[in-house]
Amino acid sequence: MPDTLVEPYTRLREKMAQRDRSLREKVVSLEEAAGFVQDGMKVGIGGSTMSRTPMAMLWELIRQHRKDLSISRCIVSTDGDLVFGSGIANHVVTSWFAQGILWGLSKVMRHHVENGGKRYEEWSHMAVGMRFRAGGMGVPFLPTRAMLGSDIVGQRPEAKQIDCPFTGEKLLLVPALNPDVALIHVQRCDPYGNAQIDGLQFMDIDLALAANSVILTTERIVSNDQIRRAPDQTKIPFFCVDAVVEVPYGSAPHECYGLYEPMMRHMEAYVTQVNADPVKGMQEYLDRYFYSPKSWNEYLSLIGMDEVLEATQKGRSIYND
Amino acid sequence: MTEAQRYTASEILAILSARQLQDGQVVFAGIGVPLLAATLAQRTRCPALTILFEGGVVGAFVEPGKLPPSTNDQRCTKRANMVLGSADVLLLLQRGYVDVGFMGGAQIDQFGNLNSSFIGDPAKPKTRLPGTGGGNDISSLTNMIVAMKHEKRRFVEKVDFITSPGFIRGGTSRRDSGLPSGGMWRVITELAVFGFDDRTRRIKVLALNPGVNREEVQDNTGFRLDFDEKLHVTSPPTDHELETLRMLDPDRLFTA
Repeated sequence: MPDTLVEPYTRLREKMAQRDRSLREKVVSLEEAAGFVQDGMKVGIGGSTMSRTPMAMLWELIRQHRKDLSISRCIVSTDGDLVFGSGIANHVVTSWFAQGILWGLSKVMRHHVENGGKRYEEWSHMAVGMRFRAGGMGVPFLPTRAMLGSDIVGQRPEAKQIDCPFTGEKLLLVPALNPDVALIHVQRCDPYGNAQIDGLQFMDIDLALAANSVILTTERIVSNDQIRRAPDQTKIPFFCVDAVVEVPYGSAPHECYGLYEPMMRHMEAYVTQVNADPVKGMQEYLDRYFYSPKSWNEYLSLIGMDEVLEATQKGRSIYND
Repeated sequence: MTEAQRYTASEILAILSARQLQDGQVVFAGIGVPLLAATLAQRTRCPALTILFEGGVVGAFVEPGKLPPSTNDQRCTKRANMVLGSADVLLLLQRGYVDVGFMGGAQIDQFGNLNSSFIGDPAKPKTRLPGTGGGNDISSLTNMIVAMKHEKRRFVEKVDFITSPGFIRGGTSRRDSGLPSGGMWRVITELAVFGFDDRTRRIKVLALNPGVNREEVQDNTGFRLDFDEKLHVTSPPTDHELETLRMLDPDRLFTA
């Protein structure tokens, strides 16, 4: 089928009708879950910046050498570097692309966008949110009042300016974004995929509703009984979810709310290495931390017990008085 | 000790920025000096200031010595009133709940437009910058305070690219572009405090920072500056402001 900017509604509904939305256990391994992501797909990423990044899933996709992915996320941090640097993606849709405010510009992003032919498609933060929300609502666009008058809008022929049919005011319509697959990391879910998110939810609910399939990675798998004790904490319903993978520390070296903060020494060392040489430095980083380890646990061991424990102590302290 | 030795450039930036906020306001703050300055205002003159962060935080109360590395980290939520989704907290701007937006800037022009996207021709950029984040949303939808370093290459006649709109081409061009609300209100640097002319919407110097003269401000600016007829000199940072600031950021994360 030809690719269109916005999926026609009938096609969106056909894809939904074909999904197995029954109440069934979906627990798989990281390797198996990666099978939901095929070359060329549009992949939405949950969390934001250094928070609740589905790093383990990205790690697995990089190890399996996916290619030509189009990534969307509200704000990217080192995950943006890694998908460009590893070659799994050639297109990133986001509002902000660097490693973190503490470190200035990403030399990796600059290298791949300025010289490497990869595309960074910039939208305002709210516009990314409205694109996922429109996708989750089953409508082809939403109107916003942001981006008007800026030069960003001139770069985005995908957005359409209109005069409001009710008031005559200028509005910008941003197109729905329905990723083929969303990767979302949560604190806990049951084997069916009922997911509870603590703290900041970012755009994950809209993203889960918008995507045509969802892979959840989770710090813990809990029973359905446990989910039912606090249904108000459930943010993503099971019928959105196609696979569940239990991966403790699945956001490392980024943070997972209430459990661990970012592993800042690792982040600092990463930034120093890749910004010194965005090609060779990145290759050495990937070799050491992504391609060489036999398992996610071995990757965590390379980050180091001291660093992981320190991040854990800080992460848990959010609940201290 | 001379005046200039009492504080660093980023400290006076944070302190003078904090002074622009008023008690009871709702402020949408970006990471870095804006977060720090809003928190400083909250802990000094403005206990009823409500701070919002783009990660989804409403009513932040950041802990001293535990400044978050971004406005999307868990530290932003400590003792906050509420957490929302990030699209929803940004939508508060669109609905009009936010009195003032507060962010840093990489490059600004005479009409208060900010560029954080491209240096050089966007089709073949010399440098691809990180982009807008929530900056465009905030500057499109509310009154803005910008805190930034004062350098000639950052204060240019016309930005290479308008990421976050100020008054666009001046006059009524912002309103005519579909942005009837908000606009640049104050720009704070380590040299001066700036406002914008009501009619032309061009930037002008409202006040000089202590120990700074007109020539110094002009020499560090890439276009001809207007000086307000009521131009005055800002009072220096008080000991209380400096002590509170250093208590909030003891590791000098944002005040190096």
